[in-house]
Amino acid sequence: MHIKWDALAQTAGLSFAITVAVVAAFALGILALSRREAAQEAVRSGIPGAGSGNLALAGAALCFSVCASVVFYGITLIAGR
Amino acid sequence: MEHITFLVAVVIITALAFDFTNGFHDTANAMATSIATGALKPKVAVTIAAVLNFAGAFLSVKVATTISGGIVNEKAGLQPSIIFAALVGAILWNLLTWLKGLPSSSSHALYGGLIGATVVGVGLNGVNFDVVVTKILIPAVASPLVAGLAAWGATRLAYLITRGGREETTEKGFRRGQMFTSSLISLAHGTNDAQKTMGIITLTLVSVGALKPGALPPTWVIVSAGAAIALGTYMGGWRIIRSMGNGLTEIRPRQGLATETAAATVILTSTHMGYGLSTTQVCSGGIMGAGLGGPKRELRWSLVRRMVYTWGLTLPAAAAVAGLAAFVADQGAWGVALVGATLVAGSGAMWIASRRQPVHAGNVNDVQEVEVPVQTAAPTPATTTVAA
Repeated sequence: MHIKWDALAQTAGLSFAITVAVVAAFALGILALSRREAAQEAVRSGIPGAGSGNLALAGAALCFSVCASVVFYGITLIAGR
Repeated sequence: MEHITFLVAVVIITALAFDFTNGFHDTANAMATSIATGALKPKVAVTIAAVLNFAGAFLSVKVATTISGGIVNEKAGLQPSIIFAALVGAILWNLLTWLKGLPSSSSHALYGGLIGATVVGVGLNGVNFDVVVTKILIPAVASPLVAGLAAWGATRLAYLITRGGREETTEKGFRRGQMFTSSLISLAHGTNDAQKTMGIITLTLVSVGALKPGALPPTWVIVSAGAAIALGTYMGGWRIIRSMGNGLTEIRPRQGLATETAAATVILTSTHMGYGLSTTQVCSGGIMGAGLGGPKRELRWSLVRRMVYTWGLTLPAAAAVAGLAAFVADQGAWGVALVGATLVAGSGAMWIASRRQPVHAGNVNDVQEVEVPVQTAAPTPATTTVAA
């Protein structure tokens, strides 16, 4: 019996890395969204020097598009088998 | 269609029944954590899962033309009676674990059933035991650990990254994300598990000459297998959903997303690498990791222990039942009828037993454990010893 330990370890390592990366990207996106909300409220309440939070929104969009492309790749894996 | 004998008809019906139990046994895998965090309402969750399971059945272009992935030697004489016995073992084990609210692997139940029935019906040489070790046993041990570790790491990181953000926005955002991750698991599940049933029906039809060897499943097989798993999914194995969503640990949205992402990733990478693993074990492992990685670091170890015992028992238990069923079914038409009657009676009895403590969409998020083990007797001897 031949057990491919390297393939097993590779699968395990890859799974761990992808999971952590996707969740981290998602969490960063959520953090950015929450920053933008805070910035907009600051503008509304007239705090001087408050940014519009557009940069944060762009960051969130980037993070979520990373997640979306991973999910899309996942779907192609399911469909392509 | 004159090839379709009584036995073949029975096998097809039983295969669809197994597909149905597979569906409602495994709804929890994709949806338990989303239901527990409130990302999806229970009824909405099972509806989405059902639709995606049905869709998943049609998704794959390369249809499984093998039942077992080489676990049993299919050319050594996989008679319809053996397949029937395997399905009986798998269905009864699925229903028993559902009654207990324990998530166990439907795939392992099916594999166990096939192994047991083949050993009795064909002999030990009908089973490729090295494939059993490399394709089932090692992934069975490794995959929940990997999913658990990944979910643990992802949960820790998610809490770390979002600690400066607003709690309300964060929880809402993670709930939104959960809709996508749990949908992905449902889709992958439909593709994997509905195909097993299609494979069984197709091979049965091939074995009696109704289809050419190597033929793709006819459309009615694809549609009925997809419909059976979708219907089962929609019925929702509420008992298991409660155990997984609320029994192991309290799941918050960040943990839910981490669990589901870990589960989806492990399922997709390992399937891509050719490991046949159990969605159930991966998802449970993920929940355990997320529980330990969460702010409370809590896990109900008593339930974890029961789940792990059940995982260990699934293969041999389904094999034993299927082996017995194969022996009886081999005696002729009356044997098949007897096994069929036992299956119906056993399933009915377990359904009636479940009515005593029903779990449904309305009470699925209660924390009360299904089938609380009787522990009132245990403390008494201890106190008397102390008193004496």
